Amino acid sequence: MLRTFPKGGVHPQENKISKGNPIERIELPKQVMIPIAQHIGAPAEPVVAKGDTVKVGQLIAKSTGFVSANIHSSVSGTVAKIEKTIDTSGYKNTCIFINVEGDEWLETIDRTPDLKTEITMSAEEIRAKIAECGIVGTGGATFPAHVKLSVPQGKKCEHLIINGVECEPYLTADHRLMLEHTEEIMVGCKIIQKATGAEKIIIGIENNKPDAIAKMTEAAKKYGITVMPLKVKYPQGGEKQLIKATVNREIPAPPALPIDVGCVVQNVGSTFAIYEAVQKNKPLFERVVTVTGKSVKSPKNILARVGTPLSHLIAAVGGLPEDTGKVVNGGPMMGKAVKSLEVPVTKGTSGVLMFKQSESVRMEENACIRCGKCVSACCMGLEPYLLKNLAKIRDFDALKEERVLDCIECGSCSFTCPAGIPITDYIRYGKATVTKILRSKK
Amino acid sequence: MAENRLAIAMSPHVHSNESVKKIMYSVVIALLPAFCVSVYFFGLNAIRVTLISIVACMAVEWLIQKFLLKGKTTIFDGSAIVTGMLLAFNVPANLDWWIIVIGAIVAIGIAKMTFGGLGNNPFNPAIVGRVFLLISFPSQMTTWPTPQPIWDIKALDAVTGPTPLGLLNEGQMVDYNYMDMFIGNMGGSLGEMSAIALLIGGIFLLIRKVITWHIPVAVLGTMAAFSAILWGVDPTKYADPLFHILAGGALLGAIYMATDMVTSPMTGKGMLVYGVGIGIITILIRTWGSYPEGMSFAILIMNALVPLINNWCKPKRFGEVVKPPKEEVKK
Repeated sequence: MLRTFPKGGVHPQENKISKGNPIERIELPKQVMIPIAQHIGAPAEPVVAKGDTVKVGQLIAKSTGFVSANIHSSVSGTVAKIEKTIDTSGYKNTCIFINVEGDEWLETIDRTPDLKTEITMSAEEIRAKIAECGIVGTGGATFPAHVKLSVPQGKKCEHLIINGVECEPYLTADHRLMLEHTEEIMVGCKIIQKATGAEKIIIGIENNKPDAIAKMTEAAKKYGITVMPLKVKYPQGGEKQLIKATVNREIPAPPALPIDVGCVVQNVGSTFAIYEAVQKNKPLFERVVTVTGKSVKSPKNILARVGTPLSHLIAAVGGLPEDTGKVVNGGPMMGKAVKSLEVPVTKGTSGVLMFKQSESVRMEENACIRCGKCVSACCMGLEPYLLKNLAKIRDFDALKEERVLDCIECGSCSFTCPAGIPITDYIRYGKATVTKILRSKK
Repeated sequence: MAENRLAIAMSPHVHSNESVKKIMYSVVIALLPAFCVSVYFFGLNAIRVTLISIVACMAVEWLIQKFLLKGKTTIFDGSAIVTGMLLAFNVPANLDWWIIVIGAIVAIGIAKMTFGGLGNNPFNPAIVGRVFLLISFPSQMTTWPTPQPIWDIKALDAVTGPTPLGLLNEGQMVDYNYMDMFIGNMGGSLGEMSAIALLIGGIFLLIRKVITWHIPVAVLGTMAAFSAILWGVDPTKYADPLFHILAGGALLGAIYMATDMVTSPMTGKGMLVYGVGIGIITILIRTWGSYPEGMSFAILIMNALVPLINNWCKPKRFGEVVKPPKEEVKK
């Protein structure tokens, strides 16, 4: 029996169309647009001005606190402007626009493909390097990695759990990374182990990627790492669900963190980025993005520079299909629909999905028939129908009491609702308002 | 330009494709085997009663939505058809048409639409309709035609006979052939007799994930356990567990009526409590009540408790500590 998390979860159609397509680079765009807020925490502060020339990998915006991250230029060229623009998040943020001129990298970055297995840095130096290189979680939550790897005093990291689950349908970026950069990920694991003092390393991979499981298991032997195949179930890539599935521990309600149950979780993409930062001195300015959709001519896994407009990626897979109704940044379960195709790839962009017109229309909303499917789909043990009703009547005290803040917004309730009620939307509204009320009370 | 047509919506962007309509029509499909068996035993009468009931239920819903509420009509969402079928399955096959229509008016008009239509009714509409008829027309509702295969000439004459539970209620212990009961060759309401047909439909509903195992297992398990205790005390006075499960509306109630999504609890735990309640009340009424069958009353009584059960049986929250440490108030 394969392990998985026991409570809730759904199984959407996988649609991993691009799983057989190797990671490829594409031509650079003419201009990139790099937002200064690509992570959870304080936005970075620009350190370049209009007219400055920058190289690939050069620091262009500096972290402004502990929970914040540095931003580096992904191209070489001239800073065209720095202004507030609607970015991928849908909100107005300061973005740095750089006109691309050639492709000149900083000399300090090791561009050879050689594998460097020897870890010479100390734990302290590793964390400093990761912070310097602006590494954040690349799974979508974009939490700064150096914060996660700083184990607070009095806490111990027993398990380092590497997330190779990729439970979102369509996405294949992590899958390809595990196949093509297996050894680098293993070294990355060892680096994080050194930084956190973790006793054991477990890599969780869902069973729909047998080739990745085989390759990773083979490579893991040398490093003393366990690869754990997991039963396919969404949202297994959620931190809490993954910890439950792999080591059977439950993180208590927020503000508790994985470290409170002795775990640190990192995505395989972040692990690869950490390898490149520590061993190759390469900041996080490019990442693998799955560009796919049912009508897309040639779906691809593209190694894209941060700041590349989505339209540039879409052009590389054969252009926007005629029947496109919606473009999503991220996976279909948690990704955000974008309004314009000129918004950029960020550190958290795992995919660009093009949905057909017919797939972009929501089902008509009917009356709730109290079937309880949302309750059994909720991976946090909440009662989504109740939270929805409470949000509708704006009973925020009751919402807090019913633990609306526990919701991870995985979307399983909306996905499963036969009446087509956008339950997750109602809960998001409730959650945001309760958070606002709690903040104002402080 | 295509870009101007891009839809903006919050995640998730995909859906399971399950719908209320699909669920309701699945229940209709699941009821078909039992319907076929009743046509076999009661002939055209079974078709007559079922059609009148379905058409009446849909008509009542349409009239109310169209002329009273002046809103959207939703009679093809399948819920009125399910109510109509279940109402028909719960009455004798020789019932007069106007009594069936009254049942439909009560089921849809009073038990469903008064509360706001689909999803808002606290009580199972078909059972409310059936119980109303049982109390209002006691003799018509308890005159059961005996099953006759279609080709049997005698089927045309309305031969009536007792039901197993009716006999039990009069204090008679009759040796019934369990095989006959299993197939459905016994007196009773139109669609409740054939255990095998009801089980086939039940398995279909389980596979389609329209119902879960909790309610049927809890109801039937409790009925079996409770009646086994009584039977163990005095086998000459009380019927055995198998008899209780095969007789009357036990299977129809446990698989199709108690599991009605709208009027049953939300969590597995709650469903078990609800099912156990139905099982106990059913056996209590069957054994000591004045009515021979108690399934309908049991389900209605437990329907009334569903909001409380939902409140008591909440799912265990992820990461919940059994006793949360109380924060000390610092002075």
